[in-house]
Amino acid sequence: MRLLYSFLITAFSITSFNIYQQKPLEQSIADGKEIYNDFCIQCHMAKGEGVKGARPPLAKSDYLNNIDQSIHAIKYGLRGPIKVNGVSYNSNMINQGLDEEEIADVMNYILNSWGNSSTVIITEEKVASIKK
Amino acid sequence: MKKLSRLIYGFALLSFSCDAQENGPKIQSPSTIDYTYEVVTDSIDIPWGLTFLSNNELLVTEKAGILYRVVDGVKTEVQGLPPVYVRGQGGLLDIAIAPNYQETGIIYFTTSSPLGEDKGGHTALYSTQLEGNQLVNTKLLYKGDYNTKKGQHWGSRISFDDQGYLYFSIGDRGNREVNPQDLTRDGGKIYRLNLDGSIPTDNPFVDNDNNRKAIYSYGHRNPQGMITHPETGKIWVHEHGPRGGDEINVIKAGKNYGWPIITYGINYSGTPITDITKKEGLEQPLYYWLPSIAPSGMTFSTSDIYPNWKGDLFVGSLKFEYLERLEIKNNQVIKREKVLDSIGRVRNVEEGPDGYLYVGVEGKGILKIVPKA
Repeated sequence: MRLLYSFLITAFSITSFNIYQQKPLEQSIADGKEIYNDFCIQCHMAKGEGVKGARPPLAKSDYLNNIDQSIHAIKYGLRGPIKVNGVSYNSNMINQGLDEEEIADVMNYILNSWGNSSTVIITEEKVASIKK
Repeated sequence: MKKLSRLIYGFALLSFSCDAQENGPKIQSPSTIDYTYEVVTDSIDIPWGLTFLSNNELLVTEKAGILYRVVDGVKTEVQGLPPVYVRGQGGLLDIAIAPNYQETGIIYFTTSSPLGEDKGGHTALYSTQLEGNQLVNTKLLYKGDYNTKKGQHWGSRISFDDQGYLYFSIGDRGNREVNPQDLTRDGGKIYRLNLDGSIPTDNPFVDNDNNRKAIYSYGHRNPQGMITHPETGKIWVHEHGPRGGDEINVIKAGKNYGWPIITYGINYSGTPITDITKKEGLEQPLYYWLPSIAPSGMTFSTSDIYPNWKGDLFVGSLKFEYLERLEIKNNQVIKREKVLDSIGRVRNVEEGPDGYLYVGVEGKGILKIVPKA
């Protein structure tokens, strides 16, 4: 009975592991860097510094303190005025068409670059849980 | 005295190196503004393409994958688009009526497309017809490959010459080391087709079966502006460069425009791409922007509506959020001026059949420039 029980637990955990296969953080950051250099760098620039008055910074940005809102912005786009580090910005960010894994990767890269550091690891599951 | 001359020499050197940083003529603000604008239709995030069915009926593409039919300023969504691959800089792109539209009703458009076996997408050209608010007889005329999940550099613009050819552009699809210089792959090219989508038998690269035979010129980065010169009939293209090095090129059959072997730009990160700007066998641009304005959309003003602008070139600036007017004399840009300064990211500019200039501005919609009464 105990054997069956532990078998079920193992089977269950393997299954749930497979739904959102979590890659190591280092790999996620490396993949996220590629996504960043493809989709984000044109506006947020190479060191996440943004463009003064036009594009908000990601480096040491207080906007990132709210993880859910940050994921929401990447997943669905962002319009209307926002405030980042006390400065107002009002330009649209369009939905880039990234999938959930790619959004998790680029979030992990942003949260761990240019002086940013985070104890939170963004998973694909987390990105999936952010609804419109 | 020796000290003084050394000082002067130093200053001269300094000003020389400053000049090398920036390519003139400097952009100017107009001394008097004798025009204003009207909103033709509003609330469009990225109005990429625009074509006129008549003076009061236009078609506008929204990059996110929506085609609008605008009648007297009221927009309705058109149904029946093929699959649009919205990713990064890609989506629904340019649209243009055929030169013989009045007889055929044919309309061309380009879009980022997921068709094909490989994952990702590439730029495709379609022809179609409009019945009410429905696209009918939609035909795929060209699909670039190989697909990639890269979000960058799809082009695209469509134009026509007076010899019965259609031209369109595809950007390098984020693979600059391979695509722009490889004639057996799509991307980083200007293409020429017959109006029915077939390949002209005298296209420059039809001799080798491995080549993409629709290619007309190559070595391009991301051409997002294209217009036929109203007098010479030549195809003018601008391309969105890296950091610095946006270019205007006049397209000639079979020529190599050099990307990424030569460029006046550098990487976004500040690192160099190449240390040369000229090379034998590679075409030089008619003009290059340094700093980069991030150009999109291009047209000539040919009407008498704006008395001082006839013959001038107009280019949208995404980065500096104005429409740029360029005066050109003997193939030299002699003056650059801001029009609609701080209007927003200018994605497109077209001259309507009524001779007015229509400007696509991101987050706004389509604006019409009108002279002040």
